[in-house]
Amino acid sequence: MKSKSRKAHIVGVGESIYTKWGGIQDKTQFQLTAETIATALTDAGIAVAEADGLTSFSNDANDAPLMAVTLGLKQLRYSAMVWGGGGGGSAGSVAQACAAVESGQAEVVVAYRGLCQGQGRRFGRFGAGRIHGNFVHPYGLFAPAQMLALLVQRYFHETGGDPDSLVEIALNGRANANRNPRAVMRDRELTREQYFASRWIAEPLRLFDCCLETDGAAAVVVTTAERAADLDADSVEVAAAVHGSGPGWGSGPLGSHNMPDEDYATSNSKLLAQDLFNRADMTPSDINVAQFYDHFSGLVLMALEDYGFCGRGEAPDFVKSGAIRADGSLPINTSGGQLSEAYVHGMNLVIEGVRQLRGVSTTQIADAQTCLVTGGLGVSPTSALILTR
Amino acid sequence: MSQRHEPVIYPETRFYWDGAKLGKLMLQRCAPCDAPYFPPRPFCPNCGSRDVSAFQATGRGTLHSYVINQLPAPGYEPPFTVAVVALEEGPRMMSNIVDCPPDPAALQLDMPLEVTFEQRGETTVPQFRPATGSAA
Repeated sequence: MKSKSRKAHIVGVGESIYTKWGGIQDKTQFQLTAETIATALTDAGIAVAEADGLTSFSNDANDAPLMAVTLGLKQLRYSAMVWGGGGGGSAGSVAQACAAVESGQAEVVVAYRGLCQGQGRRFGRFGAGRIHGNFVHPYGLFAPAQMLALLVQRYFHETGGDPDSLVEIALNGRANANRNPRAVMRDRELTREQYFASRWIAEPLRLFDCCLETDGAAAVVVTTAERAADLDADSVEVAAAVHGSGPGWGSGPLGSHNMPDEDYATSNSKLLAQDLFNRADMTPSDINVAQFYDHFSGLVLMALEDYGFCGRGEAPDFVKSGAIRADGSLPINTSGGQLSEAYVHGMNLVIEGVRQLRGVSTTQIADAQTCLVTGGLGVSPTSALILTR
Repeated sequence: MSQRHEPVIYPETRFYWDGAKLGKLMLQRCAPCDAPYFPPRPFCPNCGSRDVSAFQATGRGTLHSYVINQLPAPGYEPPFTVAVVALEEGPRMMSNIVDCPPDPAALQLDMPLEVTFEQRGETTVPQFRPATGSAA
């Protein structure tokens, strides 16, 4: 049992401006990310040079050893990155930061992500080198939307659910983004008619079922309860943070789809969710607000079931009931999420979770005491955390 | 239009592509588990055993899921169908659905499929089409 005095807390958050793809040209992605890490440490009231750990995920190009030099860190005690290429490690990078401070390997760890897609290779684009990819890309399958649409297609077939229910996830994200001045889509309203008139990206996913592609950076600062108590910052406890995968998902949607039959049309979160709630000593009914990784709306639908907010096949009716709206029983993606705020591989979702518990969200849920945040869904590994206060 | 991608063949996967050249769809089976698996590799994904052997699959399967691809892809003319095929032996694999229009009306999930083979440069690539009952 870890000492309560070392229990991990998030004490600072930092965000760059968010723009559409290619909108940031006056500085490099690396510089933008470094500045955002400094912003997060400043928010925590910690001198930048005092940070002693750096974590990230999904083959982050913003190299931690170089980042330590750029930021002038006095000593680097921890640097790590969660495997996997699909954004699955966003909450996982925070889990690593928590593990580092709770085990005493480091005191102040920053989990970060920076992505300026106009400056480099498009994220999610096909890359050679994976042996198992040779059983996928010869069939003309290269993009995450198509790979994950295969799960969504099967989900609706197995459950008999209504594919039109996906509109509710898109409309919820946009309505929340319209209240959020940082959101790339802050000024763009979305109607039901516009949604249904939009083109198929990969049926049953339409244009508005797919996340934005944006430029931006986001970072959170993790330290111990003891250190947090000495700071002026409004800190939030990380009740639990986990990353991992069910069996077979390494050859899952980005491969040959050989996950177990009973786990096929899911978000690869069932085992992870059990671990998460057990470690937090909570159940789904304890969650006040949630931020689901919304790369594709259909995966959010499955995750609502996998995390236990509704039963198998019930998510379409759950979202149609208005439950995920700001005034519903489980408000989700209150910043607009990746469909409508920005696509910073889920680090912006972690920050929105912190804002909810600090009481400063632009779609604030009254008396929010707990927030679930997930990492990329339907990939391996995926990840999640629960924030509390 | 550029050519369709040819797979890179590794020592661990050569048997599969050699089989395809002979018109055979190859799988592997773990002896301790007595369970077939895909994609090719010399460890059982269920138990980690290396006591595995290759065998010829029936070439029959069903349409587990599909997506009508609207994106450009080397050598392909969108729209075209990318599918997950559930093989009769259990494992799933990716394929295109050939001899069938890329139209939801023609693509019913769980419909029967059979293997066919596409010559692509030096490689032979397994593909699937709606079952005619003539597969090996």
